[in-house]
Amino acid sequence: MQASLEHKYDFEIVRWFTIMSVVYLVAGAAIGVYIASELAWPFLNFDNPYISFGRLRPLHTNTVIFAFGGCTLMATAFYSVQRTCGVRLWSEKMARFTFWGWNAVILLAVLTLPLGFTQSKEYAELEWPIDILIAVVWLSFTFNFIMTIATRKTSHIYVSNWFFLGMMIMIVYLHVVNSLAIPVGLFKSYSIFSGVQDAMIQWWWGHNAVGFYLTAGFLGIMYYFVPKQAERPIYSYRLSVIHFWSLMFGYVWLGAHHLQYTALPDWTGSLGAAISIAMIIPSWGGAVNGMMTLSGAWDRLRTDYVLRFLIIALAFYAMSTFEGPVMALKTVNALSHYTDWTIGHVHSGALGWVAGISIGAIYHLMIRLYHTEMFSERLISFHFWTATIGTVIYIVAMWVSGIMQGLMWRAYDEYGTLAYTFVESVDAMHPYYAMRAIGGMIFLLGAVVMLFNVLMTVRKSVVSGSLAKARAVPAAA
Amino acid sequence: MEVNIWALLLFLGLVLSVGGIVEIVPLFYMKNTMEHNQFPEIVWDKAGREPIVSINESNQEQWNWQPGEGVRPLTAVELAGRDIYQREGCYLCHSQMVRPFRDEKERYGHYSLASESMFDHPFQWGSKRTGPDLARVGGKYSDEWQRQHLYDPRSLVPESVMPGYPWLAQAYLNGAQLQRHMRGLRKVGVPYADGDIAAAPALAEGKTEMDALIAYLQVLGTMATLDNSKTYRE
Repeated sequence: MQASLEHKYDFEIVRWFTIMSVVYLVAGAAIGVYIASELAWPFLNFDNPYISFGRLRPLHTNTVIFAFGGCTLMATAFYSVQRTCGVRLWSEKMARFTFWGWNAVILLAVLTLPLGFTQSKEYAELEWPIDILIAVVWLSFTFNFIMTIATRKTSHIYVSNWFFLGMMIMIVYLHVVNSLAIPVGLFKSYSIFSGVQDAMIQWWWGHNAVGFYLTAGFLGIMYYFVPKQAERPIYSYRLSVIHFWSLMFGYVWLGAHHLQYTALPDWTGSLGAAISIAMIIPSWGGAVNGMMTLSGAWDRLRTDYVLRFLIIALAFYAMSTFEGPVMALKTVNALSHYTDWTIGHVHSGALGWVAGISIGAIYHLMIRLYHTEMFSERLISFHFWTATIGTVIYIVAMWVSGIMQGLMWRAYDEYGTLAYTFVESVDAMHPYYAMRAIGGMIFLLGAVVMLFNVLMTVRKSVVSGSLAKARAVPAAA
Repeated sequence: MEVNIWALLLFLGLVLSVGGIVEIVPLFYMKNTMEHNQFPEIVWDKAGREPIVSINESNQEQWNWQPGEGVRPLTAVELAGRDIYQREGCYLCHSQMVRPFRDEKERYGHYSLASESMFDHPFQWGSKRTGPDLARVGGKYSDEWQRQHLYDPRSLVPESVMPGYPWLAQAYLNGAQLQRHMRGLRKVGVPYADGDIAAAPALAEGKTEMDALIAYLQVLGTMATLDNSKTYRE
């Protein structure tokens, strides 16, 4: 039965995206470990412009978000939309264009960012010619996805597809508005907005890159892959509908909480904070919905490492969507803003939730795309523990350093003068920066093991001819 | 909606627009967003009508603007410095936004105003302080200190984790390129006088990227004179 799926659906494109996402996970994590080490041991900048922290940091964020995250989203979206709609992709040619176009964007990012070509807007650093390419490729992805749904054989549109759609539309909207700029050279442009308006638009983009790209999109993955791997229907369909609409409506408002106590008018920041707190409810609703899908099958967590990845990802999702609203509270934000706490929060989301759910989905896909078991179950288990331990070390280091920074900056001595100079706070960070780099290295080790396991599985499939056999089975069977 | 993709898309489009429209659009129209609507002295009144600085016959810089006379566009050399600030990713570790807290006032100076970054395309408020805030760093250190610090930060501050930027001292500014940049900025609303753009090649002549970055750092926070007794923002 598995075999005939090769004829019914287009899995080739899913295979390409899946393999590339693992390659980019290793690359993105490796650059991350390097820049984390630069902060702990600054000689690593080597006075070399192309590897100095300020140029590599955007390369790290772009590689993990757009290369790893993007390829994972495209692999899982193209796979699950076919499976849930019971039809082939609307256009295989367009899907191939999406693949080559997206990888061209990544290649251009790798070339231009170390050269210092940047719009200097966080997570939207790529210069205008690349921005145009991103828009075209993203639209091809979106259009193909919509048309596949439009030609579906099922009556209802499954909920995972809603989340993917919400992400696609919002990203078009955000990317186009935030990247509006006046070109003054082939790789130089200035945002058409300035100062306070530019700040609000940037963080409207910035937080929704998190809220839609890294949350809604990956919730789409969750709603398909968790029930599939658990072999149970989603816990509550009604809850998923509420989760969806409240997330779509609410997330858009949150950007303003990045600008509290700045020169942004107070009403905007407070509004952002208020909605941020309310967002705990839909976020936890979603997390509960995913976890409760396991009800009656909890014992499978003991043996199924793929399921473990998916469930620990949901635990991190619940944790960071609680932490986020707390950090949006004005009194907490006054302490946490500008510190490493933010970096820790981002990574509990990025490593724990996004990478966790992706890794689980990728292992799930590998077995089905290559028609064979994974090369090694024990290596998946090894990966699970390195990913979890690495992430925990990372975020604990950043919690401690972030809160310490915030407290040192505002500390007064008994004479009523500032207790610490700024550089004393920098000095105090050193052990935590080293600890963070070590946490990252452990996570990276797991990613390298995953790449090895994935490539060996491909090799196994080729050697045993299982993929070729699957293709050879006639479709009518 | 669960069965009609087009209805779902339409409704999604509407739901996704609300938050952004409510939070962003008023910022362009509400007068109290920008403090200079109430306190016009924050902005230099001659911006766009007279050049900020020009070169006279005896090849000397002649300044029409004096520190404290109000927020103005950056000169050609300062703009070159800002381009370098963007290129090297300085904004990733340094904020330019002092918040209205007692400790920040004592450490960095008066809280930042929206009008102070009105000509900043894009804004450089930053989101992280791996290093200190730079919104008011202008004039705090000498040019020589800045030069040595950019060249080798740990020679002056042993605990620093900042990278060194020795390559800036070897690269020279390009006047024609700066003119293109200034014309672009003028199109999006930065008030450059013709004289500002015309003076760019002469001002940039013989200057290194290091000089430009220092010129930019030294002007940060020095443009407007802010009065501690006034409440610029609620």
